[in-house]
Order: sequence, then C-alpha cells, then structure tokens
Amino acid sequence: MSNHQNNKKSYAEMLELTKQDLVTGVGRSVKHESAAKQVSGEAIYVDDRLEFPNQLHVYARMSEKAHARITKLDVTPCYNFPGVAIAITAQDVPGQLDIGAVAPGDPLLADGVVEYYGQPVLAVAANDLETARKAAMAAIVEYEELEPVLSVEQALEQEHFVTEPHTHKRGDSAAALASAKHRISGSAHIGGQEHFYLETQISSVVPTEDGGMIVFTSSQNPTEIQKLVAEVLGVSFNNVQIDMRRMGGGFGGKETQAAMPACLAAVVAHLTRRPAKMRLPRMEDMMMTGKRHPFFNQYVVGFDDNGLITGCEMKLAGNCGYSPDLSNSIVDRAMFHSDNGYYLGDATITGYRCKTNLASNTAYRGFGGPQGLIMPEIILDDIARRLGKDPLEVRKHNLYGGEGRDTTHYFQKVEDNDLPEMIADLEESCEYQKRRREIRQYNASSPILKKGLALTPVKFGISFTATFLNQAGALIHIYTDGSIHLNHGGTEMGQGLNTKVAQIVAEEFQVDFDTIKITATNTDKVPNTSPTAASSGADLNGKAAQNAARTIKQRLVEFAARHFNVTEEDVSFSNNYVVIRDEVLPFAEFIQLAYFNQISLSSTGFYRTPKIYYDRDNARGRPFYYFAYGVACSEVVVDTLTGEYKILRADILHDVGASLNPAIDIGQVEGAFVQGAGWLTSEELVWNDQGRLMTSGPASYKIPAITDMPIDFRVRLVENRKNREDTVFHSKAVGEPPFMLGISVFCAIKDAIASVADYRVSPAIDAPATPERVLWAIQRMEAFAQQTDPDTVTEPA
Amino acid sequence: MIRFLLNRELRVEEQLDPNMTVLNYLRTKARKTGTKEGCASGDCGACTVVLGEPDGDRIRYKSVNSCLTFVSALNGKQLITVEDLKQGNQLHPAQQAMVDCHGSQCGFCTPGIVMSMFALGKNSAKNVGTPGKEEIHEALAGNLCRCTGYRPIVEAAEKMYDDVTPDSFDTEQAATLARLREIQPQTQVELSDGAKTAFNPSSLSELAGLLEQHPDARLVAGGTDLALEVTQFHREIPRLIYVGDIAEMKQVRVTDEQIELGAAAPLTDCYQALSQDYPDFGALLHRFASLQIRNQGTLGGNIGNASPIGDSPPALIALGAQLVLRKGKQTRTIDLQDYFIDYKVTAQQPGEFIEKVLVPRAAANGEFRSYKLSKRIDDDISAVLGCFNLVVRDGVVQSARIAYGGMAAIPKRASLCEQALTGAAWNRDTINKAKQALAQDFAPISDFRASREYRQVTAVNLLTRYFVELESPEAETRVTAYV
Repeated sequence: MSNHQNNKKSYAEMLELTKQDLVTGVGRSVKHESAAKQVSGEAIYVDDRLEFPNQLHVYARMSEKAHARITKLDVTPCYNFPGVAIAITAQDVPGQLDIGAVAPGDPLLADGVVEYYGQPVLAVAANDLETARKAAMAAIVEYEELEPVLSVEQALEQEHFVTEPHTHKRGDSAAALASAKHRISGSAHIGGQEHFYLETQISSVVPTEDGGMIVFTSSQNPTEIQKLVAEVLGVSFNNVQIDMRRMGGGFGGKETQAAMPACLAAVVAHLTRRPAKMRLPRMEDMMMTGKRHPFFNQYVVGFDDNGLITGCEMKLAGNCGYSPDLSNSIVDRAMFHSDNGYYLGDATITGYRCKTNLASNTAYRGFGGPQGLIMPEIILDDIARRLGKDPLEVRKHNLYGGEGRDTTHYFQKVEDNDLPEMIADLEESCEYQKRRREIRQYNASSPILKKGLALTPVKFGISFTATFLNQAGALIHIYTDGSIHLNHGGTEMGQGLNTKVAQIVAEEFQVDFDTIKITATNTDKVPNTSPTAASSGADLNGKAAQNAARTIKQRLVEFAARHFNVTEEDVSFSNNYVVIRDEVLPFAEFIQLAYFNQISLSSTGFYRTPKIYYDRDNARGRPFYYFAYGVACSEVVVDTLTGEYKILRADILHDVGASLNPAIDIGQVEGAFVQGAGWLTSEELVWNDQGRLMTSGPASYKIPAITDMPIDFRVRLVENRKNREDTVFHSKAVGEPPFMLGISVFCAIKDAIASVADYRVSPAIDAPATPERVLWAIQRMEAFAQQTDPDTVTEPA
Repeated sequence: MIRFLLNRELRVEEQLDPNMTVLNYLRTKARKTGTKEGCASGDCGACTVVLGEPDGDRIRYKSVNSCLTFVSALNGKQLITVEDLKQGNQLHPAQQAMVDCHGSQCGFCTPGIVMSMFALGKNSAKNVGTPGKEEIHEALAGNLCRCTGYRPIVEAAEKMYDDVTPDSFDTEQAATLARLREIQPQTQVELSDGAKTAFNPSSLSELAGLLEQHPDARLVAGGTDLALEVTQFHREIPRLIYVGDIAEMKQVRVTDEQIELGAAAPLTDCYQALSQDYPDFGALLHRFASLQIRNQGTLGGNIGNASPIGDSPPALIALGAQLVLRKGKQTRTIDLQDYFIDYKVTAQQPGEFIEKVLVPRAAANGEFRSYKLSKRIDDDISAVLGCFNLVVRDGVVQSARIAYGGMAAIPKRASLCEQALTGAAWNRDTINKAKQALAQDFAPISDFRASREYRQVTAVNLLTRYFVELESPEAETRVTAYV
C-alpha cells in the first residue's frame, strides 16, 4: 500500500513526481505478484487450506479395463472400513451424470460401461484419503470385456470418430501434386504429452444453505466448473460459487479436466452435508486424465527445383481418447497450423477425430497447434534433403509474402508477417551459417558424436477459434484509502496473468503496483467467464480490466472537472498523483474526496475481440485476431552409438508485441521452449496392450530436468514492435506460441542424424525422438550410407 | 519415542505410525503446508526439506525428499522446512534470489527448489565465490519445474551468494548444535503406534540382536526405495529397523588395499572415496537418482534391494567388490557377483544383513569405465548400464571384468564377452569378436524404458565406446561431457 498520506510532500515535490514515470506500470519487469509468498511457502494452494473438523477425502476407484461392460458393482464392502462416510456410483449422482465440456460423453462415474483403463467407476469418501482408497479398492467390480480400439490407425481405418472429419481446401491440390516436378510423401506419429502440472487435480467443496456449494478448485475454467457442479447436483448456477486463487500449473490440463474431482467432491458433499476434498495422487492423475493428443499425420507434397511447395495434402488424425472433450477444436487448430508460416500452394488439409479407448485427450499448451505445425517443418526438411539444400534456405523460400502468397489455406490474410525479418535477424545473431560450416567440419572428424543445427519459425494464431469464447469481464473497486481491489475472469496458473492485469490497472490509474490487490478468481465477482486458455488471458482480461478502470476513471475525471471547475482535459493521473490544472493531489486523497462527493468507485468491465469470425461450413474466415511469431535456432550433439543427445545451444527471438512485462514474457518463452523440447525428446507416453498407461509417474515419464536446459540459452524479445491490432497496450499473447520453438530441437536432432549419410536423405523419425528412436534412425542412415549407388536406393521408411 | 527439532522447536513424539512419511507428518500433523506433495515417489523434489545433523563442530545440512523419509529417521536431527527460512519479514537469500530472478511461476515446486538451494548454499559456503553450474545442476537435478525451463532458477542459485551476511542458521549454529547434541541417540529407540513399530538401533550388536528377534523386519537405510511400498503400493510395513543411527555402518575408510564403505553410508559420502580412484564411478554417482536420494540412499540399500536396474551393482561387480555379511556375531565375506542369484533373490540369509562393501583400490584394477543410458540425463533409471574394467598390458588383454545392469534379472557379468577378450590382442578385430560374444551374453526384456533390441544393440555398442575411449583419448565420446 502506498503511504503517501504519512509522507506529506510539498507541492513542488509532488509536481516533480508527476513528471516521472510510474515504475511498476505496463512494460516493466514487475515481479510475479505471488513470488514472495511462493518462495516462503505462504502461498496457499487448495490442498493447503485449513481443513474442517468433519472434512471428507474422496478417492475414485479406476477401471482396470480399457473397454468393458460392468456386470457387477457392489460398494457394500466399502462400509466395512471405519471412517467411511459414503460410497457412490453413477446411480447416486442427483442431477446430470455427464460432465462433457462441449458435447456429452464424459460420465462423472462409469455408467454401465467403462471406456478406458483408469476411468472412475466409483468413489468413496472417508475421514482420510488412505481409508477412502482402501475402502474403494474393497468394492466388488466385475467386468465383461469388450473389444477396445487402442491405436489411432485402427480408429482411422474403422472411421471410429468422436466427431466428424473437417477439411480446409484451397485450389486443386490433386492437380498441383500431379503436375509438380517433385513429390514426397510420408507419415509421422507425433506423440502426446502429459501435462505434469506439479500440483495434481484438486477441488475442495463446502456445502452451503439452499443446496448450494462453494468450490475451491485448481481450474483454468471456473465458470465451467460452476456449470457442471450445478448440473450434477441439479441446482441452478447461482447456487454454486467457485473460488480459484492459483494453480500449481495448468498448461491446459485444468481447462476441462479439473471438473471431475470438483463434481465428485460436490456430489459427496451434497449427499453427506459435509465438506469434501478430492486430490488426485500423481499416478491416478496421470491415468485418469487426458493429455496432449497424439497425432498420426500423413502428407504428400509437390515442389519445384527450388523447393517451393506448389501443392500439399495432409491428413491429420488426432487420437482423442474415448470422448469428444475439446477434441473438435483441437484438431481444428492442428489444421489451422499445418501451414506454420509457409504458403502451401494448392492445399487440402483434413482433420480426423479418432476415438480410442484411452483417457480423453484434452487441451495442452498449443491446443493441437503444435501437432499440426510440426508437419511443414518435417516436410521442408525432407524437401531440403531431396534437393541437397540447406533446410533454412528452403524454409525461407516458402514463407508467406508477396502477391498471391499471403493468404492461408483457410483464407485468412496474413497481414502482419514478421517472419522474414525475424529469421534474418536470428540467422545473423546466432551465426547460423558459420556454425553450419563448423558443424560439418566437426562431424567429419568426430567418430561417435555428431552435431546438428536447425532454425525453425513459429506463426501462431491468437484467439479462441470458437469465436464466442473471445470475451472477458473484470471488476474493480477502489476503497476510500485509495487501495484497489481487482478481479477478472482469468485464472493464475503461474503465467503471471494477475501481475500483468494489475500492471494494466496500475498504468490506467497511474498508481503503484502494490496499491492493487488481486484476489481469487470468483464466479460471484465476475460471471460467465471463458477458460484461461488459447494464450488469451492477458489479451481478454487485461482489456476488460482496462475498460473497468477507464469507466471509473471517466467518472473521476468528470467529478474533478466539476468539483474544481476545470475542463476534463485539465485532469490527469500521473505516478500516484492526480493533477487538476494547478492542483496536485495524492491519489488516495483524491479518491477520498470523490467518495465524500458520492462518486461510485466500483465498476465492471467487459471486452470482446473484434474482427474475428469463422464459417466452418465453408472452412473460411478470420479465426485469428492476429498472429504471434517466434524463431529459434537449436544446436544438439547426438551419440551415434546410443542415440543419446544434448541441447548445446538455443537462440530465440520471439515476438510479444509491446511487452506488458518483459521478465514474465521471457519466462514464458523459456519455459515453453523447454516444455516443447521435452514433448519431442524425453517425454514418451507408453501404453501396454491392455490400454494401461505404463508411464504413470515421474519415475517413468521424464519431463525436462535442469540439465536438459540448453547449455547456452539466449532469449530475446523483438524490440519496438507493437501489435498492429488494438490489443491491450499493443501487446501480444505469449503462453502458447513459444512452445513450438521446441521443434527446432527435433529438427536439429534430425540434422545430426542426417549427417551420418552426408545429408543426402531425410531421416524419418516419430516424435518423441527418444534415444532409442534416434539410434534406429542413425542405423538406417548408416545402412543408407553404405549402399554404393545412391540413385537406386529407396529412402528409409 | 523420537526427539527432533522441527525448525527451532523441540518435538517429542511418543506415538506415531512409523510408516508415516515426514511429508505427511508436516502437512497433516504439524500443519506446515509450505512443503508440497508433487508425486510422493521421490522424483519431483517438491517435498524437499533439509535435515541438519551434528558433524564435528558444525551442522551438516542435507536436502532430502520428505515423501520418502519415514518419521523415525528424524530422531536426533533438525528438520528444516521452507517456513523457517524467512525470518520476520526478511526473506532468506535463497528465497530473495528466486524472487529477484523471476524463478517462480506457478510456485508449486518453489519451496522444494528453495530448500535445495538453501542446502547448496550451506554446504558450499566454505567455497570461495559462487558454485559452478555443475554444482548447481547437481543440487537441483532432483527438483522438477514445469514452468520456467530452469534458466532463472540457475541464475538465482548463483545470485544467492551475493548476500554474504550470515543467516539465522549461521548465527544460531552453536546453540542449535548444542540442542542437537542433547538429543543424539545414545541407545536404541522405538517408535510405535501400537500396531506397527520402528526400531532405531544405535550399534551393530543391537542391530544384529533385533534382526534375530524380528527376522521378518524390514531394514531401512535411506528408505528411498522401501518408502515407495508405502506411498505407491499402499502396503503396511509392521516392523522397521532403521540403520541410519549406527555410526559403525556409516563409515567410509580408505586403506592401501581397499575402500571400505559402510552399508549405511549415504551415497554422497561414498562419492568422495570412489570418485577419487574411479572418476567414472563418480560420474555415475552424479547421475544416480538425485542429490536428495543420494543424501539418504546407501550402497547397502542399493545392493540389498537386488533390483536388476540398481546403478551401483554393475560398477561394483566390474571392480571386483566384495560384501561383508553379518548375522549375529558371525560375519562372512562374499564376492558381490555371487550375492545376486535371481530376480530379487540374493545369497543373504534370514537374520543376515550387509555390514559393508569392500572395493579394491584402483592400482589393483584396470581401466574402469561406466556408461549409463537413460531417456533423461538427470534422475532417471538406466535402460542399460555397462561397466568395463580391463587390464591391457603389452597390447594383450590380461583380464576383463564387464558387468551390465538392465540386461537380465540381476546385475550380471558378460562372461562370453570377457572370455573373448581375455588373452586376446587389444585391437579392433578382437573387439568385433567380443561384440559378437556379447550379443550372446544377455536376453533382455522390453519395457517402457527401452526395447530388448535397443538394450542388445547399445550394450554391444558400449564396448565400441570403451575401445575408442582407450584408443583415442582425445575423441569426444559422450554427450554427458557437455552437461
């Protein structure tokens, strides 16, 4: 809290201060609002909340079959355990059973049939979690097995879909391919990814009067939790209040799938009238909840002697798991990004939503975008190898730009293409060409280790493609001491959203950052919010908060003009003071004056994104308000005896428009890059032939650890580049786009592998490029290199 | 009854479930929720706390995973949690540096990271200046962060050294030490909840007696694997015998002939002695789980656990290590390779325990190399671990000891390969023959870490690497050299 009142300054001093910039406003590297609490253990997560004396803990028993009919379900043995309050099955849910986010398909508890290994079948609430678990395991569950579909190819072949395929089409791709000088076809499995938020899914609920519920949850989507809790209880939405202070990581995993623990706890609390908490142990979290969609992508591309793509067809098949969840939009986004930053010529892109007996795959940073966006990078590597060119040269050649080459395959004009300039900048600053030569020399003389280099761009569309979601609300109160209370519809998962939104409000009122307090996101304060997703948190909620601030500010300006008998133009806010022509008042004093003059000091704010639309029937429109860009160059070293590798250096140049907070933005870029690299390297999901996830904990599923960070890591933001669109302070979204900079690591590994056969052939490798997959690719290269007549050989599959 | 300092407060616990972990004790019993549960399996580090124990005239601080530590291991120690670092409104330098460097985003891993940094700072305080990146990586390899990509955390670990003023732990060290000395275990203690009991013997003879009395009891050294039975497999362990208070079992002694490693000596203590003689053993230990695990885990535990994927047995077998087994007053010494009989079956008799491990000095051995293959460099279980120890004289292989982990139901020597090498000329031709033999030595399995084919191929390729390293010492042969 500012303490200007205690520190009476002279007029001259105050006037001098009003001429200085606010040091904690927009564009400053203000510290994360919770940092000091996080480092001291004082920041409270849902599981840290003080428990009630009659607190219940909920455990869900998982299905042990991928697909089966439940022939017997008997929870009576659960009650043999002292401390058990209730055991519930689908029949006990008072309201609607289905908690599907967009379309139905997700029963809260299995209803006669289980559709994946790990699906909640029943739940037990007891005085402590261990008792609940033991009791749940004592229930009698018998199954009659049904045939599962476990592979995406099988689902594709059987047209076993959660929703219908969709196609983007521009021109006549078949004709373009037929007349192309060169053609390459191929396919790649792109692996999924476990979110591995450090805090597992959790909700804690307290029953209230009128059959209502207060829900403390770790969710990116409070409004949806409110809706679903109300629906499973069969009460109206206004009986359910959601409180969401912070998440210990989200990454998309808590966009829809935080609902299950919230709803189960709510049903238990409703039936017992006792507070209930459900926290998933790590293994249960990994087995029950969905992940990034694995994709199986097939492509045919035609190109000329210079490597220019003239025609392209892609089939992108997302492995959705057992239910629709968000898969429709996720596969759409894969399709929207199958061009990355390149003009594909005549193109036909079809997306398939394959239904398999796995947990329902869900949102994950990039939302399908990465699985589509990696395809042109794979394709351009193939083209470069075929033509004996450097992949960077081919990439640059195919970028959007120029007459007739500035429209995407879904007919959005690329108006703000910064990639050519950014690539040129990074190519020079990271000394790509020099290092390319050095690496060739190194590889020629190193018997075991080989190095690889790749520079890849990212163009990522910003906006929810479900256009109606692009709206947000905020609520601001100013109290009579000048302190400000701020709420908005977004959620804080570590990305610094609260910090940025508070900076925006600080900037508007020209007060110090610590004058502003953001409390938990709460459906009682800001209703009908969209999930904090699609990188849109600051764009949407920042604007809504700005609008709320401007509403109050306008009232204050009008009041001041009236009160001091000046014009509105004579009133300005500057660095904790309000200047009214010749008067200078500390902000708090001015607020008090306004209060005594009966001025409303509270307002909501609302924002909707302009310009965007998408006509799905005709597969054309402007789904994105703007694009965010990034470029990364990664260098790796690979062991040809074992397939092990290490990232030696990464250079990144990323575009966030006019940064709201450079430190937070750089943190997002670095974190996203490492997470993206993890997705394509060590993070391998393995299911057995029963559909059981075998990599169900951090002992077996390896997210990047500290040594996986590039040894030499150089990250820059594009400077002096405002968003051309009217976004909040002309900033750009940052959460997802840099995730795909990790693709440069994948391509660099492939580059090192390609060196084994003197870059004459493009190694086909599925993602993630685990040491094992890398070794097999190397062996195929060695076999290729040993063949004497390169004209007669076929490329390794 | 156990006695320990919880931060600065003396705690005496008369009755506790001895299967309770320190993490659960903190969060549910002591209501200190700064320490987080991220996995309850010792793989993420969110639950990292620091244990302080008297070490001469100072206190030695060790980061450990509270989720893998049973409460009885606290006896006589100071348990330091994240709540105790901040004094008044003053953040500890480790905390302040994390704030200043933007090292926390979602904040859930942050308390654990702060505790690892705190222990790092305490242990390298004597060093001049900032520790190197390698030391920082070592301290933090067991702390997963999903948000930052680690760069600002490394920066914070460097920056915390800028503040050179003694912290409250330094200024109170003498007083704390005195308090710890008062509660040092002099005799055996027990902790029970009525149904389950943990014994903390304080001498070898007490241990031997207890084991004869309770042959069904489970020995706990570090407990870093045993605790998983409780936290992951939900088993109850009715009788536990904790060997961490037995000074004789924690000794590391280097003589002219051998390195004697007490079975309960933490791996961090073994590191010094082993890496001196065998730099590659040191490199292997650097990648053995995480520092938190190595601060607790022991060679005795890693061997007695008899896992086919334990990292120390193949190295020790290749070096010709022996075990001293004890039952009552009787001891016997056996070759380590004879200890492993079949999957999780050992030569250890009921009532018998591993007292120490004997490793020959380097002079008695050849060129030792060990190669660990895993998906991730830090804190990962080996898909394959190959250890080589050849004596080559006058261009001829005099002796060969080669042992692998991850290739069979037990850590096992590559006998056919050894035969092909022994007595043969040291050249590529011999290596090629030995590689063919090696391909016959094992029939590994496929699992989520690697396929059988990958294990087979890389096991053979590691012999190539060994040959290249000995023949062309200037060649770069390991990606881990770049970390």
